[in-house]
Amino acid sequence: MKHLLLGDEAIAQGAIDAGLSGVYAYPGTPSTEITEYIQLQESRAPRGIFCRWAANEKTAMEAALGMSYMGKRALVCMKHVGMNVCADAFMNAAITGVNGGLIVLAADDPSMHSSQNEQDSRFYAKFAMIPCLEPGNQQEAYDMMAYGYELSERLKTPVLMRVTTRMAHSRAVVETIEQPKAQNPKSMPQDVNHFILLPAFAKRNYAELVAAQPEFVRRSETDGHNTYIRGTKPEKAILTTGIAYNYLMENYPADMGCSILRIIQYPLPKKLIDQMVADGAKEVLVIEEGQPVVEELIRGMVPSNVVAKGRLTGDLPRMGELSPDCVRTAIGLEPLPKHDSEKLVVGRPPALCQGCGHRDMYAALNEVAREYAEPRIFGDIGCYTLGALSPFHAIHACVEMGASVTMAKGAADAGQHPAIAVIGDSTFTHSGMTGLLDCVNANANVVILISDNLTTGMTGGQDSAGTGRLEQICTGLGVAPEHVRVVVPLPKNMEEIKQTLREEIDYAGTSVVIARRECIQTLKRHLKAAKKQ
Amino acid sequence: MKKDIILAGVGGQGILSIATVIGEAALQEGLYLKQAEVHGMSQRGGDVQSNLRLSSEPIMSDLIAMGGADLIISLEPMEALRYVQYLKPDGWIVTSCVPFLNIPNYPELEEVLGRVKAHKNHVLLDVEALAKEAGAPAQAANMVLLGAAIPMLGIDHDKMLAGVARIFARKGEQVVNSNLAAVEAGYNYAISVR
Repeated sequence: MKHLLLGDEAIAQGAIDAGLSGVYAYPGTPSTEITEYIQLQESRAPRGIFCRWAANEKTAMEAALGMSYMGKRALVCMKHVGMNVCADAFMNAAITGVNGGLIVLAADDPSMHSSQNEQDSRFYAKFAMIPCLEPGNQQEAYDMMAYGYELSERLKTPVLMRVTTRMAHSRAVVETIEQPKAQNPKSMPQDVNHFILLPAFAKRNYAELVAAQPEFVRRSETDGHNTYIRGTKPEKAILTTGIAYNYLMENYPADMGCSILRIIQYPLPKKLIDQMVADGAKEVLVIEEGQPVVEELIRGMVPSNVVAKGRLTGDLPRMGELSPDCVRTAIGLEPLPKHDSEKLVVGRPPALCQGCGHRDMYAALNEVAREYAEPRIFGDIGCYTLGALSPFHAIHACVEMGASVTMAKGAADAGQHPAIAVIGDSTFTHSGMTGLLDCVNANANVVILISDNLTTGMTGGQDSAGTGRLEQICTGLGVAPEHVRVVVPLPKNMEEIKQTLREEIDYAGTSVVIARRECIQTLKRHLKAAKKQ
Repeated sequence: MKKDIILAGVGGQGILSIATVIGEAALQEGLYLKQAEVHGMSQRGGDVQSNLRLSSEPIMSDLIAMGGADLIISLEPMEALRYVQYLKPDGWIVTSCVPFLNIPNYPELEEVLGRVKAHKNHVLLDVEALAKEAGAPAQAANMVLLGAAIPMLGIDHDKMLAGVARIFARKGEQVVNSNLAAVEAGYNYAISVR
């Protein structure tokens, strides 16, 4: 069957067709659509695939490992920075190994379209010493899911699949199989000690992982995903990874004659690289999306008289995603004739929606903050990060999920007052709750302002893990019930919100103010759905 | 056949619906297609674009090279100009002439329209007014724009209309008809000024 699918959707359909039993994820651009697609398919034709959102990437990774433990095929998906959140579970899943197939899907965001850094998840695969797949197009993304599960089960290891924004969010026609593979039956691990990482067992497991490395390399060399074609002028070679090949072929003149090594599976295929050198390569241009991972590695794999070129040598830009244009320049072609950019065009930055509750929350917070000599407001990850921009200029920091709470605490520990955290409901349950416990235990003089829009807004309105229970969670963690306050962020309530904020700022201890009003986008959808019924 | 198209607008205006209809028609024609979209934070009132590539041969890159686009289709005039460096020297700009004013420093509208008109191959039209004239709701303005782009797309007019009908079929006959009327209004306008 042929379907027009986003890269993310191709991955999801590939997982379903490979007999997936559970997907575990926290929303994050550009990975969100994978889980959403599986949820949609499951609502139309239930196959018993578990597909509820997880509280964060670490809980997702651990649950996926649990499903694998039971012999079933599991998928865990996240954006690249989610790998940091689940790193403990991820690194140790490489030591336990798997029972049912386990694919960890990391969607990287070079150029930081919707992210705070452009870390390259291939480093994580190397760090954990596990195989990594980097499909070069939507069809390969689909096909490599089935392959990835077989590889994972055969080699008893988690497999990392790494994609980037451009493939995740681009549509193409994908040919799929007619009937999904049946899910694995439940089965216990043959050796339960493999999953008990006491030092004695862990040492044995790690030795096995080290011993398995040549087999991982052999798979990269012989399974047919990585391809090497000797050129007619083999002294010049080009090595591409993932989607970089497409930018090369978009521009590549048939008579250029370079040897081309196309890589979509790691560890690097040593034999193919050796062949490229044996054929006479004196110069290797490495074209890869993201950080110069292969460019660094290959320097240790080729003789010293072979020159590696790429992002580190300035032949390609050091940062940002690839384009047909920069690859064109890197292979020595002139740019296409084009118009100059229009000088009169001005930026149009994203903004909080009109009618959004975060707006009213910031309006009140800004007015109250002005009453203090030197307020510090620590922001967090979500739509409300836009409070940093005009017209609010309301926050003084934004680092990573949950950091608002604990940075405010650290600032309060250093004597700052008022120290205020602004965090969304979903971000709070993702990584803010443990920080709040630290605040409570130290009775830190902070105000944690939870801007609760009852959803995970920035990624399009997915379920939020603590909806309806935020007060209970906060009091359960030990915040005094009289210092867990709830306000409704609407212009008519401005005075009440400001007074509440003042009282809690002036209280010398840990307090929580919940500003709760439904996301304007999900509200519109809910009203529309209600009207239909 | 090969057409590289940049769809432009402001988040929420509905450029992806235009892409969906063209994609539907292209697939029925048996063409290869790639369409890169923008998701996430950049959607909220910010500039959005989509690279849509159609070809009778397999397509490699998801992105269009600078100087490679045959056509810019935009729901907002300044947003059309944002991507002129991607346009072929003789490429077409088909854009709404109505500005979307959600920033304080929007340039003089006359200057913006003047820069569009500086391109020999352009169609400027008030998509909302044309939608209204055709008896279609304001939400169908993007279909007016699609209609205006049909002569440059290289896909048959009737096949495009059939695509519109299929995409909107599940929303009922009335929605189908008003969208078809909107597409026709745009198409007729483009033919009349071309």
